[in-house]
Amino acid sequence: MADLRLHGLTKRFGAVTAVDDLDLTVPAGSFFALLGASGCGKTTTLRMIAGLDQPTAGRVLLGDDDITGLRPYRRPVNTVFQSYALFPHLDVEENVAFGLRRRRQRDVEAQVEAMLALVQLGGYGKRRPAQLSGGQQQRVALARALINKPRVLLLDEPLGALDLTLRRRMQIELKRIQTEVGITFVHVTHDQEEAMTMADTVAVMHAGRLEQTGPPAELYDLPATPFVATFLGQSNLLAGDAAGRTGDDIAVSAYGARFTVPAARSRATGETIFLGVRPEKLHLATAGDDVPPAHQHVTGVVTDSSYVGVSSHYLVRTGWGTELAVFAPNTGAERQVPLGAEVCAHWHPRHAFLLNRPPGEGDRTAPADANLGVPA
Amino acid sequence: MTRAGRWIADHWVLGAGLLVLAYLLLPVAVVAGLSVNRPSSRLSYDFHDFTLAWWTDPCGAPGMCAALVRSVQIAFAATVIATVLGTLMAFALTTYRFRGRAATSILVFLPMATPEVVMGSSLLALFGAARVPLGLWTVVIAHVLFCVSFVVVTVRARLSGLDPRLPEAAADLYAGPWQTFHRVTLPLALPGILAAALLAFSLSFDDFIITNFTAGTTTTFPMYVWGTAQRGIPPQVNVVATAAFGVAVALVAVTTFRPRRR
Amino acid sequence: MTGSRSRPAYLLLLPAGLWLILFFVVPAVQLFGTSLYDPAGSLTEGYRMTWAFGNYPAALAAYWPQLLRSLGYAAAATVACLVLGLPLAYAIAVKAGRWRNVLLIAVVAPFFTSFLVRTLAWQTILSDSGLLVGLLRDVHLLGPDGRLLATPFAVVAGLTYNFLPFMVLPLYASLERLDGRLLEASADLYAGPAATFRRVTLPLAAPGIVAGTLLTFIPAAGDYINARLLGTPGTAMIGNVVDSAFLIRLDYPQAAALSFVLMAAVLLLVVAYLRRAGAAALDRVA
Repeated sequence: MADLRLHGLTKRFGAVTAVDDLDLTVPAGSFFALLGASGCGKTTTLRMIAGLDQPTAGRVLLGDDDITGLRPYRRPVNTVFQSYALFPHLDVEENVAFGLRRRRQRDVEAQVEAMLALVQLGGYGKRRPAQLSGGQQQRVALARALINKPRVLLLDEPLGALDLTLRRRMQIELKRIQTEVGITFVHVTHDQEEAMTMADTVAVMHAGRLEQTGPPAELYDLPATPFVATFLGQSNLLAGDAAGRTGDDIAVSAYGARFTVPAARSRATGETIFLGVRPEKLHLATAGDDVPPAHQHVTGVVTDSSYVGVSSHYLVRTGWGTELAVFAPNTGAERQVPLGAEVCAHWHPRHAFLLNRPPGEGDRTAPADANLGVPA
Repeated sequence: MTRAGRWIADHWVLGAGLLVLAYLLLPVAVVAGLSVNRPSSRLSYDFHDFTLAWWTDPCGAPGMCAALVRSVQIAFAATVIATVLGTLMAFALTTYRFRGRAATSILVFLPMATPEVVMGSSLLALFGAARVPLGLWTVVIAHVLFCVSFVVVTVRARLSGLDPRLPEAAADLYAGPWQTFHRVTLPLALPGILAAALLAFSLSFDDFIITNFTAGTTTTFPMYVWGTAQRGIPPQVNVVATAAFGVAVALVAVTTFRPRRR
Repeated sequence: MTGSRSRPAYLLLLPAGLWLILFFVVPAVQLFGTSLYDPAGSLTEGYRMTWAFGNYPAALAAYWPQLLRSLGYAAAATVACLVLGLPLAYAIAVKAGRWRNVLLIAVVAPFFTSFLVRTLAWQTILSDSGLLVGLLRDVHLLGPDGRLLATPFAVVAGLTYNFLPFMVLPLYASLERLDGRLLEASADLYAGPAATFRRVTLPLAAPGIVAGTLLTFIPAAGDYINARLLGTPGTAMIGNVVDSAFLIRLDYPQAAALSFVLMAAVLLLVVAYLRRAGAAALDRVA
């Protein structure tokens, strides 16, 4: 087994730079997710790994082998294509056997049978792709790629065409298969929940560049950039300025108030910074409630509330006009806060984080229409 | 609107369409009728008496069957050559981006935009100047020329409708360019190629104008019909035309109603 | 598979490309040369190249009525094909349901019966002693001596008949792709059947109309079979003139000049038409 490494990988289409100087290491045997909005360059990256697109600059390395110039049919890498690209003129067996036959392997039938069993499609061998449901087609596409025992399996939005329930089931299924075969999976998706539930490591891409790479929990807990903080879940980012360090804490001044954040939770390198707090880390205190002594707070008025079952979502307008998102779990202990109530939104400093802020930029908070929770 | 009025509003187009279809089929019906008719005289086409004589002795008209065989030979050769050349060109036009692609499209379009007399006469002048004796092969050359454009257009339409990821998937699964063509592109394009071949065959078999310019003393079936038209065509010609219609219907029916592959 | 690796493309293009250049472009250039030969020569004595551009005005002066008639007949036949072809193609694509394939076969199949034999059948149908003329005379749509055969009407009807499938098939192809929900959306947005047809169906069928018009007009303009079999010398088209100049009168320079005039006229009309209809349509035709 060998790591997949990308060095300075760049792809330009005319004047557009789709992928910009990407450096990335995918550890052997890991389930690696490449996450980003559409048009961020993640599919182009995948196609360059597969050999379907030639990079403008940079290299693709598999272990010690430079495979940058290799034709797709000479690479030990296989792809599960978006909407599958199953060969409509071949039955399921021949689709799955395609790669083995091209390499003149022995024992094709037995291998195909075993692979169809692995993806739970035993008995479907003689069907045509058009006679299968979306989920079954997805399994055929997976089997067709996996049977070649690639050193890296690339998955391009493999679950995008499935409905929600099926997608959740296939996520678990894919994870099971990956654990079983131990092959490196590189999974491209725009669905952050999918990336977080399945991957060992998530790389977030934005505008052709890598924003942050790490385990899902780390990305969520301590995002490295404002993009990651708002794309992966929601964040309230308050514009502020660094105001010196006292011991292990960094002082922040924002809107006339002073806050502190542990230095270990700062990704900021300059003076202009964002102070970030996730909505579920904010708590509401109404008149008469106590704010725990270690907590910091801002005051405001509740302008919107929605009950979404497991939690209630509030918007709190601060004195300077920004609306903060607050998620309160419905544990049964809390009471609903009425609209118009004067509240105090408070948090523990170890739940806050600091990010670099482009000079001149104001607060970034969850958009008003996204207050129904984590987008799917 | 009343129920009847609504029915008419919904169905009049279908009725009009069927009338136009009747217009298309009327001459075929006349030809089929004449093929079982014993006319009162050689120049008369009156329906006179039912007979199967022409069907049982189709080669009774002197020279007709020889002309028919020649037409089939020419159409066969022209179809094979035009289909191979046209498919290769269509494949190049859909698979690759290259300099001269637009010029090639125009080169393909021009023969279709040129009236047959012009093409026929220019070929006649060419063969005359090059001192190529007119005959079977000059006809084949001419037929390939006008068929190849139709093949390119038909096959290209089929190829450009294919999912571009399928060849990519083949390449990803260890198929080189030739294997990809042979195992994926060609089988998927096959319905288009067959349709193109059928079209080429019928265009070649039926062509009169260009053939008349390039055939010299060779007589094809349409030339035979033309030659005998002044004196009244032999009834066996109607037999051949009716039979060709029947074969065509059967062939097209088989290709359309085959179990669908998408 | 794009970009640098275009060498295979040229290999694939080579055979058909050579064929088209050798047997289409070269003869066309040569034909142009022939049209400039000294008209005083003859096929037996040989021709001299004298750059006789005068052949063109001479040919036009002698045969402009036939040229105009050809373009006029072809235009009339094309319009007739469009008028007849639209309901048929629409009926097959939208209304026919499971009969669609049967009707398509019925459109394509006559095409396989010899073109000449079918035109001769029209001769029978339109003949003075035929049923149709008798019927029309009885209902006084035709005078007692009125005829159909050997009239411009017969020639245009023959052209219309012969090239109708070339109109119906592209029309069908573009109508068949029409998303039925668009028609429903149009109806939902207060468009009656006529408005839906004019505002939605027709614009979306435009590529088929362009292709069908070209495939009908071009061969019709160069045809001489219908004029010969269904018309009289008074309905002769430019094709008849070219044919006889090449094969009977053996006047090559004049024949070549006329061929070129015809080709130029057709190409000019086609280009003008495509400019109006949108250049994108060319890509769908070619």
